[in-house]
Amino acid sequence: MTDTLDRTQDGPTPGGTLGAAELAAVRADFPLLQRTVRDGRPLVYLDSAATSQKPEVVLDAEQDFYAQRNAAVHRGAHQLAEEATEAFETARTQVASFVGVPDDELVWTPNATAGLNLVAYAMSNATLGRGGAAAQRFALRPGDEIVVTEAEHHANLVPWQELAARTGATLRWLGVEDDGRIRLDDLDTVVGERTRVLAFSHASNVTGAVAPVNRFVARAREVGALTVLDACQSVPHLPVDLPALGVDFAAFSGHKMLGPTGVGALYGRRELLEAMPPVTTGGSMVEVVTMAETTYAPPPRRFEAGTQMVSQAVGMGAAATYLAELGMPAVAAHETHLAGLLLDAVASVPGVRLIGPAENRDRLATVSFVVDGVHAHDVGQVLDDAGVAVRVGHHCAQPLHRRFGVAATARASAAVYTTDEEIAVFREALAGVRTFFGLGD
Amino acid sequence: MEQLYQQLILDHAKHPAHRGAQEAYDVEVHHVNPTCGDEVTLRVRLDAGESGAPVIGELTWTGQGCSISQASASVMSQAVSGQPVETALALSADFRELMDSRGVLPEKFADDALADGLEDAVAFVGVARYPARIKCALLGWAAMKDAVAQAAATSGQEDRR
Repeated sequence: MTDTLDRTQDGPTPGGTLGAAELAAVRADFPLLQRTVRDGRPLVYLDSAATSQKPEVVLDAEQDFYAQRNAAVHRGAHQLAEEATEAFETARTQVASFVGVPDDELVWTPNATAGLNLVAYAMSNATLGRGGAAAQRFALRPGDEIVVTEAEHHANLVPWQELAARTGATLRWLGVEDDGRIRLDDLDTVVGERTRVLAFSHASNVTGAVAPVNRFVARAREVGALTVLDACQSVPHLPVDLPALGVDFAAFSGHKMLGPTGVGALYGRRELLEAMPPVTTGGSMVEVVTMAETTYAPPPRRFEAGTQMVSQAVGMGAAATYLAELGMPAVAAHETHLAGLLLDAVASVPGVRLIGPAENRDRLATVSFVVDGVHAHDVGQVLDDAGVAVRVGHHCAQPLHRRFGVAATARASAAVYTTDEEIAVFREALAGVRTFFGLGD
Repeated sequence: MEQLYQQLILDHAKHPAHRGAQEAYDVEVHHVNPTCGDEVTLRVRLDAGESGAPVIGELTWTGQGCSISQASASVMSQAVSGQPVETALALSADFRELMDSRGVLPEKFADDALADGLEDAVAFVGVARYPARIKCALLGWAAMKDAVAQAAATSGQEDRR
């Protein structure tokens, strides 16, 4: 971890971006970025919106946990158990403070999808009467409405479809404008007195558009709806203060923010988590168990049944610390610069159409596009031949692709470790795609 | 990459064979590759062959997807049209073997008769070097196999009646 400390000494001025020396130091922290692909080409990794690469401090944290501290957490009277528990709970503090929340408002989940499903199934259980009177605020009935947006990742759509089907509630959604931003004109009509849940993503994994969370939260509060934020794409790339955003719940994953797979986090406001019935039940989440019934532990442990993903949580804690030490304002400024380069690259190549906002404002360095006459899969293959890794397909957002009349797009997405030079390689490779398939200049 | 996108594959992608939706058919199937959204809708009509065994009388398809999936459906439709069902299914199994080859042409394909049967499909051996693309190449074949199996089962029932 000393290398990150060194970097802060010649680090950015407040409000600044990452300097060249600093960026070089960041890249040196990521072993995988040093490798080559496809017959010796330097890797240009532009698929960070799918999963990020991991710095050495994260790899070391997981390794160190298993090599030095591994034991069952929250049980056992031996020293290792104490150390393992401390590592696990320290990680919770690191991740919680990274998004501005107290420890007891942060629940470990296997990934963000599990966090979103946790909320949906807790509501389902409340609807069945579980959790008693306190949980009735989560119960849904026919006539109640759940609102999502057309831009959602399937992870923040399908659980709500299922919840609506189980409870008889109605699923509604906000549409998307031609530039990929959510149609706010409909906010006051779609989100109304019957709305009980408003679930939306902070930033789209396809268009890169950042949603005006304050507008959504204000409207939800007017009508007494709960807000559920899919923060997977925002937390790794923007300074995120969840209490300041004012959402009731938020889910994000470790692996997109330089941490390991197999771990994510769900934030819930304390009074909500306290009133919410459990979903997965079993060991570790109980108070008193008799043969007939059980009382449950307070949150967050009420929602953490069974053996937890301890080493991954420790890794996610290390990732949060790494990003915090770089400074999220500087990370965001660097990525805004990269977004501009990606947008320029896409705009510079004839026959390439951007899917998402062209204006470099309130957007991430996540840029999706289609190439006229060439399927996204084929685009990805030609880029791959130049060492450039992009995502192709529907990016788990079929409705959004249908909205734009395309089955698939290619997506270039940057992260803190992405350089100008890499985007130049991407630009050049993209310029060769249509030529390769014998299409016009 | 040139091994993957052989000219023959690019040509098929640009000018696919048997593309369309025939009027007379026994079965229509719709197959998708959920990871990329590629899709093929395929119609097949079986006729009684000379020996009485069913042959693929007519087969047409429509679809959208990458050049590999579209070219493969085109090549497949050429290879199996007019063939006995048994032969078409055997070709499908051979093509599967080709896809599992990791890009090294299995010895059995040195046999001219077999390569002739698969026709242009042998050009897809390069696809087998790219594991992510194998499903693209198999999409049309999977649709054909499904449609032909359904059509054969139906006609079998009719025969019994």
